[in-house]
Amino acid sequence: MVDVPLGSTAGVAAPDVEDVELYHPHSWVTKYVFSQDAKVIAIQYSFVALSVGLIALVLSWLMRLQLGFPGVFSFIDANAYYQFITMHGMMMVVYVLTALFLGGFGNYLIPLMIGARDMVFPYVNMLSFWIYLLAVLILVASFFVPGGPTGAGWTLYPPQAITTGTPGGQDWGIILMLVSLMVFIIGFTMGGLNYVVTVLQARARGMTLMRMPLTVWGIFTASFMALLAFPALFVGAVMMLFDRVLGTSFFMPAMVEMGQPLDRNGGSPLLFQHLFWFFGHPEVYIVALPAFGIVSDLISTHARRNIFGYRMMVWALLAIGALSFIVWAHHMYVSGMNPYFGFFFATTTLIIAIPTAIKVYNWILTLWRGNIHLNVPMLFALAFIVTFVNGGLTGLFLGNVVVDVPLSDTMFVVAHFHMVMGVAPILVIFGAIYHWYPKVTGRMLNDGLGKLHFWVTFLGAYAIFFPMHYLGLMGIPRRYHDIADMAFVPPSAHTLNAFITIVALIVGAAQLAFVFNLFWSLRHGKEAGGNPWRATTLEWQTPETPPPHGNWGKHLPVVHRWAYDYSVPGADQDFLAQNQPGPTRAAPEAGHG
Amino acid sequence: MGSILFFLSVLAIIATWWLSRQGLASKPWLEQGEMVALPNIPDEPVAPATIGLWVFLAVVGSFFALFISAYTMRMQLPDWRTLPLPPILWLNTIMLVLSSIALHGAMVAVRRGEKTELKVSLIAAGVAALAFLSGQLVAWQQLADEGHGLTVNPANDFFYVLTGAHGLHLLGGLVALARTIDKAWRAPATERLRLPVELCATYWHFLLLLWLVLLSIWAGWAGDFIDICRQLLT
Repeated sequence: MVDVPLGSTAGVAAPDVEDVELYHPHSWVTKYVFSQDAKVIAIQYSFVALSVGLIALVLSWLMRLQLGFPGVFSFIDANAYYQFITMHGMMMVVYVLTALFLGGFGNYLIPLMIGARDMVFPYVNMLSFWIYLLAVLILVASFFVPGGPTGAGWTLYPPQAITTGTPGGQDWGIILMLVSLMVFIIGFTMGGLNYVVTVLQARARGMTLMRMPLTVWGIFTASFMALLAFPALFVGAVMMLFDRVLGTSFFMPAMVEMGQPLDRNGGSPLLFQHLFWFFGHPEVYIVALPAFGIVSDLISTHARRNIFGYRMMVWALLAIGALSFIVWAHHMYVSGMNPYFGFFFATTTLIIAIPTAIKVYNWILTLWRGNIHLNVPMLFALAFIVTFVNGGLTGLFLGNVVVDVPLSDTMFVVAHFHMVMGVAPILVIFGAIYHWYPKVTGRMLNDGLGKLHFWVTFLGAYAIFFPMHYLGLMGIPRRYHDIADMAFVPPSAHTLNAFITIVALIVGAAQLAFVFNLFWSLRHGKEAGGNPWRATTLEWQTPETPPPHGNWGKHLPVVHRWAYDYSVPGADQDFLAQNQPGPTRAAPEAGHG
Repeated sequence: MGSILFFLSVLAIIATWWLSRQGLASKPWLEQGEMVALPNIPDEPVAPATIGLWVFLAVVGSFFALFISAYTMRMQLPDWRTLPLPPILWLNTIMLVLSSIALHGAMVAVRRGEKTELKVSLIAAGVAALAFLSGQLVAWQQLADEGHGLTVNPANDFFYVLTGAHGLHLLGGLVALARTIDKAWRAPATERLRLPVELCATYWHFLLLLWLVLLSIWAGWAGDFIDICRQLLT
């Protein structure tokens, strides 16, 4: 046994934190609506994000109907199709995934997992949610303005995003999109400051950085990255808004629109692409890193094994976070650039595969000879590993300039990014909801419905996106409204498209089972107790479930060990909670991990 | 994208330095216990608001570094016509420097516990900052009168957007300053004023630094400096 092993190198911040003076709610409104409790804010964030997710899901249905059965649905004309594509993409990436991982899971889990009473700036945290809601409302409002929402594609490339011919380009659509993004970023910055500073300043006594669960590490790193990356989108949005509303020429080159020369000159569309992808690529990892963290905890808990190579996992998270800022131009290989730049960005892109592969190996080695419980959260976690490896491998293809150029703008790219940053993180979100729902509500989600939801979603996602790789290799372009009459498209592609559409409808419908489960289990779910998964991390050790405002009752927890003491030899139970002093393992295992 | 990468490298160095003191090489699976007696805990813990402000400054820094990146990329295109700087900017700069100095004085006063001096310094800082903002508006007016309005040339557009963004940040700071002044009048002791005054001063110094960077870019000094560095390196 090694007790309190402190040399001068063990730098540990914030050993003890004074009780935060919490604002206690006085009325129903301040308790549930304008609440400053991070847990309530988390639920608000998650509810809004999941609602936006359902809208975006319906939009994807509409797109698939057009692609699978071109010409059958007359209300989906080219304009509507592009609007659906754009809104689906932007909603899913920014308003669903980012908001859910950081606003939802971040708010719920950070204070509980590090043993804090709340976020350090609860009022700013509350503002963050309401500003997020405002951003969502502005975005959704664009469906109801003249001209409809923007159809510029989720990347919003100028000059087409703000010219005639693109839906919403000369109407309200693009303006509302840009304003909504700016509002979102302001709201996110308020939240992000909270997540980062709370981790830095409000950890319980004994919770060193290296004792934090990987979930917190993932959300912490991603929040910091988002704080630095979102400004790029903000800057791009401000400049494009100026171009659109005031007639400046930041991005607008001299061009002829509908036979008329425009009163612009000299602007650089490429400049926007640089700004957009300077945000856009870190954004992939802003979504992925929390997923990595959460999945590590799910796997460790449900395989009853300590995470393999915890240190490596932390270092890999940090390395991925740093590297993700110097790969952005791999999204721009076909936009025209110095070949040496292409070489540089291909190299950095491929280097990211190393820390990522370390993480995948460590997950697999955690599972190795583990006591794997195939419950719903674990199923989703395992499905994530498979899916992420799949999507990641096609990323290695696309990261190489010579392979990317012919595959660019084909369905192959669509398949790649849906696997790696669509399906994979969403599987983690589902797994995490099944895992933490008992803490949030005190009841378990229905297991049978959960398994149904899992199998339809998992197999369905593969039935949708695997064939898309094949379509892409065949040269089927993305972003085309109607490929019915194109000579180079073989009949098999049309059959495949119809098949994908039918599966997409089924998978979408299966999500209703999940939504039903969320509400049904609120009343009828099995009582969960405080720690149904027999997990070690602090959020499962709260005196009450669901935890009340302030989380911990009178005394803050004191942390005695890391987050992964599962199946410790010689211990009475197969897990030792982080706040449990002794009993300790029989002998220290040296040279492990 | 040079300036944003430079800015992020600086942040990365700070982050690495900080992380290197956090025991990232420790083996948590071997360690148990409460970890109470820590050697390097400072006597006075840093307030969360101070850390929060520094993180926020990193965000603002990233925002302006990206804008400057965009500026330097856009200025290489052939339609760029450098903007003549209105002379009033020098007066404005002096105002901002005075404002910063006044807040520094306020910080010294609050540490010494001298309340009258504190109040005077805070008010002076606020007035100087307002003078700076009015001066910026005058500069806009002068430029527009001379035919350097918006949309005439991208150099002008960048000038308006960047001064506007800087001004808005200062305006936000003025809200915080107004609240601090209000507290200074109400609070019986200066002890509780220490944190807000220090935060205001940090923010003001940062905005001053930012303004000097922007000014050096517009005046062309930054370009000269980079050229010299490049010559030294090659």
